[in-house]
Amino acid sequence: MTRTAQWAYAWLMLLPAMALLALFTHYPAAATAWHSFNSTPKGARSAVFVGLDNYRQLVDDPVFWQALSNNFWFALYTIPASIALSLLMATWVNGKVAGRGFLRLAYFTPTILPMIAVANIWMFFYTPEYGLLEQVLGAFGAPSHNWLGSKSTALPAIMVVTVWKEAGFFMIFYLAALQSMSPNLAEAAAIEGASRWHFFRRVTLPLLMPTTLFVLVNAVINAFRMVDHIVVMTRGGPDNATALLLYYIYEIGFRFWDSAYAAALTMVLLAILGLLALAQFGFLERRVHYR
Amino acid sequence: MSAIVAENLSKHWTTADGEVRAVDRLSFSFDQGTLNVLLGPSGCGKSTTLRLIAGLELADGGRVSIAGRDVTDLPPSQRNISMVFQSYALFPHLSVGENIVFGLKVRKVTPADVGRRLARVADLLGLSQLLDRKPSQLSGGQQQRVALGRAIISEAPVCLMDEPLSNLDAQLRQDMRAEIRNLQRELGITMVYVTHDQIEAMSMADTIVLLNRGGIEQNAAPVDLYENPANTFVARFIGTPPMNLLPLVAGAGGAVIAGTDGPVLLPAGCAGGMLGVRPEHIAIAQDRGVPATVQGVEYLGADSLVSCRIGSAAIAVRVAGNSGLAAGAGTRLAWAPGAQHVFDRAGRRVAADGVHQTATLYA
Ligand SMILES: Nc1ncnc2c1ncn2[C@@H]1O[C@H](COP(=O)(O)OP(=O)(O)O)[C@@H](O)[C@H]1O
Ligand SMILES: [Mg+2]
Repeated sequence: MTRTAQWAYAWLMLLPAMALLALFTHYPAAATAWHSFNSTPKGARSAVFVGLDNYRQLVDDPVFWQALSNNFWFALYTIPASIALSLLMATWVNGKVAGRGFLRLAYFTPTILPMIAVANIWMFFYTPEYGLLEQVLGAFGAPSHNWLGSKSTALPAIMVVTVWKEAGFFMIFYLAALQSMSPNLAEAAAIEGASRWHFFRRVTLPLLMPTTLFVLVNAVINAFRMVDHIVVMTRGGPDNATALLLYYIYEIGFRFWDSAYAAALTMVLLAILGLLALAQFGFLERRVHYR
Repeated sequence: MSAIVAENLSKHWTTADGEVRAVDRLSFSFDQGTLNVLLGPSGCGKSTTLRLIAGLELADGGRVSIAGRDVTDLPPSQRNISMVFQSYALFPHLSVGENIVFGLKVRKVTPADVGRRLARVADLLGLSQLLDRKPSQLSGGQQQRVALGRAIISEAPVCLMDEPLSNLDAQLRQDMRAEIRNLQRELGITMVYVTHDQIEAMSMADTIVLLNRGGIEQNAAPVDLYENPANTFVARFIGTPPMNLLPLVAGAGGAVIAGTDGPVLLPAGCAGGMLGVRPEHIAIAQDRGVPATVQGVEYLGADSLVSCRIGSAAIAVRVAGNSGLAAGAGTRLAWAPGAQHVFDRAGRRVAADGVHQTATLYA
């Protein structure tokens, strides 16, 4: 085969995947960027170029700022909590615990359950008057409270669900990493007189850093992609207390049909995710890999 | 004083296919400042025995004492030992220096002391130029030295090693053997060294404990293991190639090698047992000895290995240089009476004075 033929072959092989990727990923992204500089077509009026108008609207939109801050707090609390919890669970089920096969399965269950089913289960927990949480708290004489219905507790209640769901998923990665660590390392440290905590802090944690980076990137992306629990459990309410960015985009785009403004919001979300990913990989990568 | 004493040490595992007696009522004692090898085929319980001494496994029965102190129920850190693992068990994210001083840091040794001891150990092992490297940037032999350094910097009087050289190539292994032996002598450490390689064991050990299926076959100095094997297992395990073992049957006038009509080699009482002769103790002769057929010759340079057959038994002979023999040729094999080992039906050694040797055959 000549060199040219080889190249042609290579490109032909790549073509199907490239076409699909371009059609469903790159084109929509570029189109969204373009739409965000145009007005929303309405009836007979077609879209016209409006420059940065949509972005100006965004700066003046208090709900956007609330969604952004909601999302910020949501990420700030759920990410460390779910990572810490998953690490704890993984360390525990990696040890010689009786019935650890069962425990591993139990922890992983939230991940394999469909999100809508998960949301429904938690809705039952949080139901005022006769939900599980109410009944337990009521038994201790606590007053009744509408967890998902009041502004102060709606977002924290959603956060708890998220941590519960994410931790089981992340645990699998930590468990895999722990299983690949030679038990001789712990034995060598034990002979030297290192306590289990010392070994965990000085050896296990550093060796888990690549896994932590991977989990962190996923957790950040998931925090900004969170939408399904909101749709089922609160619809962004009460009074936008649980409106996260993606949910707000969904509302603007598919409830109010303002596709141009939704496109502008999408671009902001994309920019945030891109920046975070860059920061994580660029900055942390260098400190994480020990090989 | 004995540095390490084991009494009826036992450990068994319950696995899917029943109970494994990994270590079965072992008793031994090692003297201060000696190098003791636990030798045996794979799965005989060497590692388990070592881990019982280290405290990494808990004994199901028996006691261990180190330096006169019963440590059976103490954790590894309180046994005053160091250990080198087969996998080296280096911490991959720490530099060579940090790996070596890991234990000193744990024990809160003062920084000045840490620095002084690190410098000495690094110098001793030729690691001074490599202290800032990560283990992954080292060759196998260098990693091995780091593991060694981590063990000796603790200045523990007892050092345990589990097949420390098995991941190295042949040349390096030979160099490291000598180096470990020298270090052990120089520092006066009592060492327990696990290997399945009998050459390694023979060349390094003060005493060898030869294990088989969790029990001791023989516990003796290398020279005793070679010259007075306690049974056929030891005879087969020690020596390259191992000792020839020829089955004896009753013939006219005494015991003969199975499949032959003579000559009579031993009294009739020895029939049913085995006659053992090492390949290097047999000579090719013209006018004396037992008739044999040459089956093949393996030329090794300094010597040749001639495989022969006497009756139904195969027998290997080591001769100097090129033997000049060809396959199919008939020859005679002779050996000195002292080179002869006799084992009974159960494979146990029969003491020389228990056998009236018919010395007439040999000159
Ligand atoms: N953790 C364990 N669980 C079950 N069986 C084991 C375990 N460790 C060792 N054994 C068994 O005990 C026996 C002795 O093992 P080991 O001491 O590792 O042998 P060696 O080091 O001489 O090769 C083997 O049959 C092995 O399969
Ligand atoms: Mg072993």
